[in-house]
Amino acid sequence: MLKSLHIDPDKCTSCLLCELACSFENEEVFNPAKSRIKVFTFHDQGRYVPYTCTQCAEAWCMSACPVDAISVDRATGAKVVSDDLCVGCKVCTIACPFGTVNYNHDTGKVIKCDLCGGEPACAAMCPTGAITYVDADWTGYDKMRRWAGKTDAGPQAHA
Amino acid sequence: MSWQGKILRVDLTKGTCTAEPLNMEWAQRYLGQRGLGSKYLAEEVSPKVDPLSPDNKMIFATGPLTGTAVSTGGRWSVVTKGALTNAIADSNSGGYFGAELKMAGWDMIIFEGKAPRPVYLHIEDDRAELLAADYLWGRTVWEVEPAIREKHGDPMLKIASIGRAGESGVMYACVMNDMDRAAGRSGVGAVMGSKNLKAVAVRGTQGVRVRDPKGFMQAVATARAKLDPSPVRKSFTRHGTMAMMDTANRHGTLPTRNCREVQFDGVDKVNVATMTRVRLSDGKANLIGNKGCFACSIACGRVSKIDPSHFSVQGKPKYLGAQGGLEYEAAFAFGPMAGVADLEALTYANYLCNEDGMDPISFGTTVAAAMELYETGAITGKETSGLALPFGSAEALVALAELTARGEGFGKDIGLGAKRLCEKYGHPEFAMVVKGQEFPGYDPRSMQGMGLAYATSNRGACHMRAKPWSDDFARITPDNKANVVKASQDEVAAIDSSGICFFATNVWTLDDLASQLDAACEGGWTAEKMREVGERVWTLERTFNLKAGLTKADDTLPERCLKDAAKSGPAKGMVAELGKMLPEYYTLRGWTADGVPTNETLQRLAL
Repeated sequence: MLKSLHIDPDKCTSCLLCELACSFENEEVFNPAKSRIKVFTFHDQGRYVPYTCTQCAEAWCMSACPVDAISVDRATGAKVVSDDLCVGCKVCTIACPFGTVNYNHDTGKVIKCDLCGGEPACAAMCPTGAITYVDADWTGYDKMRRWAGKTDAGPQAHA
Repeated sequence: MSWQGKILRVDLTKGTCTAEPLNMEWAQRYLGQRGLGSKYLAEEVSPKVDPLSPDNKMIFATGPLTGTAVSTGGRWSVVTKGALTNAIADSNSGGYFGAELKMAGWDMIIFEGKAPRPVYLHIEDDRAELLAADYLWGRTVWEVEPAIREKHGDPMLKIASIGRAGESGVMYACVMNDMDRAAGRSGVGAVMGSKNLKAVAVRGTQGVRVRDPKGFMQAVATARAKLDPSPVRKSFTRHGTMAMMDTANRHGTLPTRNCREVQFDGVDKVNVATMTRVRLSDGKANLIGNKGCFACSIACGRVSKIDPSHFSVQGKPKYLGAQGGLEYEAAFAFGPMAGVADLEALTYANYLCNEDGMDPISFGTTVAAAMELYETGAITGKETSGLALPFGSAEALVALAELTARGEGFGKDIGLGAKRLCEKYGHPEFAMVVKGQEFPGYDPRSMQGMGLAYATSNRGACHMRAKPWSDDFARITPDNKANVVKASQDEVAAIDSSGICFFATNVWTLDDLASQLDAACEGGWTAEKMREVGERVWTLERTFNLKAGLTKADDTLPERCLKDAAKSGPAKGMVAELGKMLPEYYTLRGWTADGVPTNETLQRLAL
């Protein structure tokens, strides 16, 4: 089954453990500045929203890359940057409609979410279930079920 | 690793910023944050220094676990000689600022001297510079944070600052960070204001590394597996510290009307149930959610929206958005302590404390003292800017919060704190303080251990220097409390020196913490070594205070708790039995009958 990162901002508390897990998984350092996922705080609304690459089926970043440094991981569907090929031209950062590909000045390469090869560290670290890794075709399953529970016609439907 | 090994020394008088290596030998003996900051302070500052003089220093200190993925690993401390207490102060805060400072490559910042004009410190990794803050002076914390981010075009700057309370010398002013997190107690914000330092803005991109990355992640996962599913964690997440309101009331330890009573008849109007109940006025609840500090899997922080129809916010749209909501300590002080049974008024007072950086515990307890002064006729409308100050007046609470934050009228007197206010008006006995610092939300008569903890706390009355709760709720008699409190004080001193939050250790043992610390740092860390550090830190603080001129006579409680019996609740008829507990406590600590550490004790702790 193809899986997908699923974000439920209602559950996020802005603890940034996802950012720590991401930077640790990729760089072996706790450093939100090098995280591929980022939590945004909307203080006046009391809202906290994690945001990262959604792995577009038709990936703008991949189409834009002039050196074919971004490819699809067939096992996970992730669009993965090859550090060996990336020349740091940043065209992908312009092409991405969502801003989730970013440049890392320490390495001269771009970084983006690669789903950690199928075991995303952010989801594993998240204490509230705001970030989960679920069936890519049924990311709405839990939400549907929640709403389904509210459309109650009584314990037994009448004929 | 885990320590960055680097200190930033900022001479405000000369306007210089200098990097120096962290003393790693001291780090092994004092760990970090509270302990290591106190060691530097004790080495560099005369204990007799006037806290508000340029000779006092102020240290922003992180711990070795600050900035790591240990749950709650985002704490930092402000260490200085406290303006409120004339004693050593360590005020601990969460949010994101401390972790960001660590990410920038610094364990500590030592501020010395006094800037000739208002300045703020801007740090971008290795680079640090003092910049003019004239345009920020006179502005609130809520204005300063966005203003600095905008000036630098950097939305990711994390900022610690003082509001108008710190500028105008409110004796219990806080250092605020991330809008509503506070290094709250002992007047550390007044010290910052006295140095003409308005803010510190940090951006860190270097990250924090640990000694044994794989072992560390394993230790973190094991500790999370214990913390996250626990009922204690769940209660903190759902109810925050506000869950304590009903518990304290039931136990007869809820300080009410300036500690004349120990249970509050209006408790149902200021508790969790009221905070979460849908309001008739706007169909919404006061509490809209919870939030976490850096790396925290508990997330006890409250997020509130005030009732837009409440009298306090009419014509003030800036208070209608989401803001940091009531925590127990703020709610007890504005509510039961001042007799005010109006949750929305409490919420507004809490907003003002965040906005202008005032310690809500000290502010509320000082308001309660003023109300008693007013009720007994020691002050009248002539002194109070024309305000009527009966116990229970929400209008008075709101007006005093505004006046104190702005440093206007009778607010100047409230800004003195309860001790100085009550002395000024001839009734020192109305001040519910220890070493000049106002009581938190536990009455010592029905929590004997907490009473001993208040009396012996090195920073004045404090509920965060020991954790005698479970023992105190189980036993109201004073026997063996000295043992419980001493052991707990040492543990907490170690926890406060590590970079994590006290609350995680309501579930974790010191062993759980030590296994994470050891994977992060060199030094072979065990619970035993941490306890030893804790006792060393405690005794160092004590020694500083003795040199500052404090004596055994300062290890006491207000007469009201020692002589007037509790009027109701499980401890009805009891007083705080300090006289029974204190000698036992001194003996356990290896101190003389006068509370002075013996040479043998000092040698044992390598002090």
